[in-house]
Amino acid sequence: MVEFKEDVSIVLGGAAGQGIQTVEEILTRVLKLSGYNVYANKEYMSRVRGGINTTEIRVSSKKVRAFVRRIDILIPFKRGVLPWVEKRLTENTVVLGEKENVEEEYLSRVNFVEVPLNEMAKEVGSPLYLNTIAAGVVVGLFHGDFEVLEEYLRKRFGSKGEEVVLKNIEAARKGYELGVKLCEDGTIGIEVKRDENVKKEVLLSGTEAVALGAVAGGMNFLSFYPMSPSTGVAVFSAQHAEDFEIIVEQVEDEIAAINMALGAWFAGARGMVTTSGGGFALMSEALSLAGMAENPVVIHLAQRPGPATGLPTRTMQGDLNLVLYSGHGEFPRIVLAPGSIEEAFYLTAEAFNLADKYQVPVIILTDQYFVDTYYNLPELDLSKIKVEKYIVESDEDYKRYKLTEDGISPRSIPGYGKGVVVANGNEHDEWGDITEDEELSRLMQEKRAIKKLETIRKNAMMPELVGREDAKYVIVAWGSTYHVIREALEVLNREDIAFLHFKWVYPLPEKVKGLLEGKVIIDIEQNVTAQFAELLKKEFGVEVHHKILEYDGRPFSVEEILDALKEVLE
Amino acid sequence: MISPLIFEPERPGSKDIAWCPGCGNFGIRNILRSAFAELNLRPQDVVIISGIGQAAKMPHYINVNGYHTLHGRSIPIATAVKAANPSLTVIAEGGDGDMYAEGGNHLLHAIRRNPDITVLVHDNQIYGLTKGQASPTTMLGMKTPTQPWGVFEEPFNPIALAIALDASFVARTFMGYFKESVEIIKKAIQHKGLAIVDIFHPCVSFNKVNTYEWYREHTYWMKDHNPYDREEAFKRAIESDPLPLGVFYIHEKPTFEELVPAYKRDKTPLWQRNPKLEEIGKILEAKRTF
Ligand SMILES: Cc1ncc(C[n+]2csc(CCOP(=O)(O)OP(=O)(O)O)c2C)c(N)n1
Ligand code: SF4
Repeated sequence: MVEFKEDVSIVLGGAAGQGIQTVEEILTRVLKLSGYNVYANKEYMSRVRGGINTTEIRVSSKKVRAFVRRIDILIPFKRGVLPWVEKRLTENTVVLGEKENVEEEYLSRVNFVEVPLNEMAKEVGSPLYLNTIAAGVVVGLFHGDFEVLEEYLRKRFGSKGEEVVLKNIEAARKGYELGVKLCEDGTIGIEVKRDENVKKEVLLSGTEAVALGAVAGGMNFLSFYPMSPSTGVAVFSAQHAEDFEIIVEQVEDEIAAINMALGAWFAGARGMVTTSGGGFALMSEALSLAGMAENPVVIHLAQRPGPATGLPTRTMQGDLNLVLYSGHGEFPRIVLAPGSIEEAFYLTAEAFNLADKYQVPVIILTDQYFVDTYYNLPELDLSKIKVEKYIVESDEDYKRYKLTEDGISPRSIPGYGKGVVVANGNEHDEWGDITEDEELSRLMQEKRAIKKLETIRKNAMMPELVGREDAKYVIVAWGSTYHVIREALEVLNREDIAFLHFKWVYPLPEKVKGLLEGKVIIDIEQNVTAQFAELLKKEFGVEVHHKILEYDGRPFSVEEILDALKEVLE
Repeated sequence: MISPLIFEPERPGSKDIAWCPGCGNFGIRNILRSAFAELNLRPQDVVIISGIGQAAKMPHYINVNGYHTLHGRSIPIATAVKAANPSLTVIAEGGDGDMYAEGGNHLLHAIRRNPDITVLVHDNQIYGLTKGQASPTTMLGMKTPTQPWGVFEEPFNPIALAIALDASFVARTFMGYFKESVEIIKKAIQHKGLAIVDIFHPCVSFNKVNTYEWYREHTYWMKDHNPYDREEAFKRAIESDPLPLGVFYIHEKPTFEELVPAYKRDKTPLWQRNPKLEEIGKILEAKRTF
């Protein structure tokens, strides 16, 4: 008998189009509503049919929010899955499924539990019920609430008629009973605690958090050109555009997308684009216009490995330098990188206030791993959202680019007030008209690139400190690696190591330097050249002592971070 | 009618006009001022979004809202300005290089999208600001510093293209005809939907072929033309010498702003709106269950 306690990692693997998504959806929702903490993340190939895709679902007594390498229970839907996840198999791994889907050589290495899924599906009436049966088995293993599963199937298949609903319920019951039996006859033992509070929590993905955060922050105009893994934000926004009364437009290219967003802001709306590195590359021209014209804009960039089209469906933190330095000429920008789903919601909302206040591009950096992750979380507090608007009414002699101490000129918009607003991508005087005057050119460059940057820096957010301020070692990391590092640290359980997580990546407040001085700094990033370490050096002159880097397109796992940290700490 | 003089800007930077003496751009500026005045528009309610080029400097020499943007990018920006605040009169303005070369793709898709904006193309059949290279509308055989062997690419026919794409309003004028041009621009602005006006104007510095006299001699005004007849319009569009002037084609259809869900129930411009937190609350509520 194989036993799993507190935390079980279930992996489903199969071809694109085989319905793994469906199983994932059923399991996360039904298990959450049964009172279990859940986490899910998928990895998939850049193809519409075939190949091998897998989904990891963690079911746990405590909140879990990070990817683990280890597989406790594997359900392969086709041959080829086991070799694909070879490195993730342990001696405890239980493989549930058909013999034909497991290569010979693995039978001795894993605990194989033969489950005749196909045959059971045929008994119900069609091989189509395979997914529902598989989901039923897993829910049964956890003794989840069958009524919840039934209700879910009714909702999901209701539109297809009563016959389909009943067949699915029958399939689910067959699977469920088998799951329960596997526990009762001692084949598999599972001990995970339920928590009543979890039932009421929300299950949200990184994608949904960014989209909902944007709308909460006042986004009312989204222009985009589809590119994985950023498209989900547009899909979600478009599907709710009518309820939110916002404009969501798929345009001809990324160049149009960002220029439209600039136009929306120029007229007082709150515009956003959602894109990936390749799309952002096309936007760099307009980013520069935003810098010169002091046109606010919010950009969501979901990273994937490059250069060029790279690995379209995989993950990387390789575009930090792109967003830090793209655009010609010198102008400030704000770069944010949420670490958790809650943070993605609040930070994306705040991005709109920041863009409005400082009149600069605000870039939210996520990545494939982050947008495709979801887990249950307590209520999001909508009362914490403050929409701060900075638009002023113009008078007859309105100066769009008035020179001010803090580098911020009051921004008016066309049609609001007695004056006219003249914005300009050429160097300009205070009214916005073209100038080639020496003195004015200098003052305007200083206003944008120095004064304004310093004003932003003064108000920049500090990184989150996890652990003791006087710890000898400090990990620095940004964005989506947050929970993986936290979980590794929990397992490590040492007082002498702290973690600084940067959700505000640029510009960094001066005080950060103090947190790094005299420490052994460990930089953890998902790229080849340690771009964030480079930034710390440039900003503060500090060198990191150790780099833990990954760049194979896969997310860091808790185990990997743990192994790497142990090596550094020895 | 209000005086065209209210469109004369008083800003210090608007006094030093960068156009060459004798350039057709001055005439277009006067035409615009008269058209705005005759339409009783207030400077605050008009926005000119321009690209890059000599033509694109217009926002600095006229008293309306303006945004001098990037080469070729005025149309997407103008589209969004109109969408964000449909009560504004929005004009996208630039040269033939700006609109037909660098911004060509945006023009095609703006025709499909049909925002209620007016696209004014200052067509001098040459690149002015960069000193005389061929533009997409430069005539065959014309020699330039960068086409010393003479242009051999087929000139772009914006009128035929726009009609082929079933654009909402397509017209051509020559700025040398003041009154007629004012009328055409007024019609274009008043037209609901995307209006494209190709405006011939001489570049006295770099185009020695298409002069004031040339345009007078090689153009004629269409009489008794029915702009609602697409086939007829297309026939006119491919005439090459003399070139027809006037409104070629009109096709009334719903605009982008009319079709987006944002304005279905509520006509408030986007900038005056607040986020629908209750709708977010509903979605979050649903995320507790399935
Ligand atoms: C991205 C980019 N490429 C090239 C240029 C250089 N450039 C400025 S104006 C222009 C062409 C202008 O020609 P046209 O649009 O016909 O306007 P005109 O000056 O004749 O009014 C070019 C190529 C630029 N400013 N930006
Ligand atoms: S270069 Fe040509 S188009 Fe430009 S201002 Fe001079 S004459 Fe006019």
